[in-house]
Amino acid sequence: MTALLELRDVSKTYSSGLLSAKSTVALKGVSLTLDEAEPTILTVAGESGSGKTTLAMLLLGFTEPTTGQIIYRGKDITTLSGADRLAFRREVQAVFQDPFAVFNPFYTVDHLLTVPIRQFKLANSRKDARARMDEALTAVGLRPEDVLGRFPHQLSGGQRQRINVARALLLKPRLLIADEPVSMVDASLRASILETFRNLQRDHGVSIIYITHDLTTAYHIAKSIIVLYRGSVMEAGDVDQVIKSPHHPYTRLLVDSIPWPNLDQRWGTERIKVREADTGAGGCVFRSRCLHAMDKCGAVPSLLQLKSHQAAACHLHEGHAVVEPERLSDLLPI
Amino acid sequence: MAISDIAEPSAKVFAETPVLNVESLEVTYYTDAGRAKALDDVSFTLRAGEKLGMVGESGSGKSTLALAMMRMIKPPGRIEGGKVLVDDVDLMALTDEEMRQSRLSRIAYIPQGAMNSLNPVMRIGAQMVDAVRSHLPDESRSAMADRCAHALRSVDLDPSVFRMHPHELSGGMQQRVCIAIGVLLEPKVIIADEPTSALDVVTQRQVMETIDRVKDEINAAVILIGHDMGLMAQFVDRVAVMYSGRLVEVSTVREMFTDPNHPYARALINSLPNLDNKGVFQGIPGLAPSLLRLPSGCAFHPRCAEARPVCAEKRPRARMLDTGRLVTCHLFDPEVAT
Repeated sequence: MTALLELRDVSKTYSSGLLSAKSTVALKGVSLTLDEAEPTILTVAGESGSGKTTLAMLLLGFTEPTTGQIIYRGKDITTLSGADRLAFRREVQAVFQDPFAVFNPFYTVDHLLTVPIRQFKLANSRKDARARMDEALTAVGLRPEDVLGRFPHQLSGGQRQRINVARALLLKPRLLIADEPVSMVDASLRASILETFRNLQRDHGVSIIYITHDLTTAYHIAKSIIVLYRGSVMEAGDVDQVIKSPHHPYTRLLVDSIPWPNLDQRWGTERIKVREADTGAGGCVFRSRCLHAMDKCGAVPSLLQLKSHQAAACHLHEGHAVVEPERLSDLLPI
Repeated sequence: MAISDIAEPSAKVFAETPVLNVESLEVTYYTDAGRAKALDDVSFTLRAGEKLGMVGESGSGKSTLALAMMRMIKPPGRIEGGKVLVDDVDLMALTDEEMRQSRLSRIAYIPQGAMNSLNPVMRIGAQMVDAVRSHLPDESRSAMADRCAHALRSVDLDPSVFRMHPHELSGGMQQRVCIAIGVLLEPKVIIADEPTSALDVVTQRQVMETIDRVKDEINAAVILIGHDMGLMAQFVDRVAVMYSGRLVEVSTVREMFTDPNHPYARALINSLPNLDNKGVFQGIPGLAPSLLRLPSGCAFHPRCAEARPVCAEKRPRARMLDTGRLVTCHLFDPEVAT
């Protein structure tokens, strides 16, 4: 198998302060491989501050890893140049959280679509460009005549977000990084945007990294999931298994807090421990909030294999085989 | 009634007389492009201790309803008519000064993204004392400090937060500070407008549980505005669905989730993701209409799967069914349906 994208033991530390140099570990030793031949949808889940947006920024090459490498088609993305860089920029696309902020209010929405066409020389003529725009818009379920020539404020949030997806699609990407793409969209429109993502993966062979804190949508769209907490992997594996029978106390807390629209599936009753600032004491990062914290938790737990497609980093499951960090991808079904 | 039903939120016993009575509330925005009727004949009641969920798409009038009840609609918007009775006092008939006194003491509003409304250069305590002092100028310093400490404790915050600045708190803590300010004067009605839309699921659950506990403590009625039906299922006793400025259905949460009546409510419930229907995405076709150009007849008819000729001609009236549910649809009008 050839790797489309490979993360090799990537860490990112933000440091602040010139003299005291306080540092925050945003991502710690994550290794991951996405296969070129088999497009998949991978969810990266976690609450604010878990490092999920840092991961998106790293994957898009907006920020460089502190240690480790990100390899795209055999080349380190921090050293890409010329044609390779252009290809990377075209093949790896992003959809961001806020469908309002990405538009320049002074231009019609066409601008967002014509700029990449010009930049990457996708069309030979004006007519060809229009045909491509039409095709991309139709693929995301918009009628071109409804949206082209309009200004951003004349469109709904859902339409705008779908134009963003259409823009990404226009470039025929190999990888789409979607950072909370539906969290600011009305519930009734969420479904259609998620549907668009799934069609992209199925019909256009695009791999998607879906970054979210919303496990409900993750469950519906993704195949596999990685749960992050303070930059470390807590649990990973098949999305069905992880959400239906979570094994890490943090994942359990997350799943317990999903507001399922179902009266027979109530919120958990365990009291939530308030998140404390990082004490820097080391050990398991979830320790201060964990209801099962033990003395052992002073040591950093390894990722333990529970089933063929599920692993959790928790001392509660001691006795199971240890998964080496670089083998994380093997846990994720495609 | 089966024993298992007694534990249902809908089976809770509430006081007989409602604490809040909204009668035919109407709000119109006079824009350059025309008149937009953002609230059209909205009526409902709420009893002490009861939680009502107000759901609808963006632009359906949910937030306008909250602002109208607080009398905080700004021009070009205008409250055109209706009453909002809290304990038999009509807020709409009060003078501006009386209304100012009523905010926070009779009816409190926790706006969307409330945490952004905290003043970054003032300590939390100063902002809380500010609110108390403007309503109770004669209260002693120690009584005021007690009141604030009590409010902070009731939302699960350490009283030391009193001395902190907003930036020292996380988003969820800031949101809970806003709830604490909202309940300082023990209002009868609390309106929370998407109080958790910017928070992750764990913090969301924590904030909602806080609201629940505080509500029980002061026996207030709560209106939760939002579009997350999941949150509604977990939190409220009754659900009201808004569409284009009108209430189209008001039912208990159990009725709403098991047997929604109005076609829009039905589409809304069917579009929900669940554990059992993995991978099924069913959105509601079409877009919400602009309030400036409402369709004739029933505003939902162009998107409705069960629309009949009459729906395009005649506007349905809100009807109280025998079951005690309010539905605004011709399908449930015996005169039209037959």
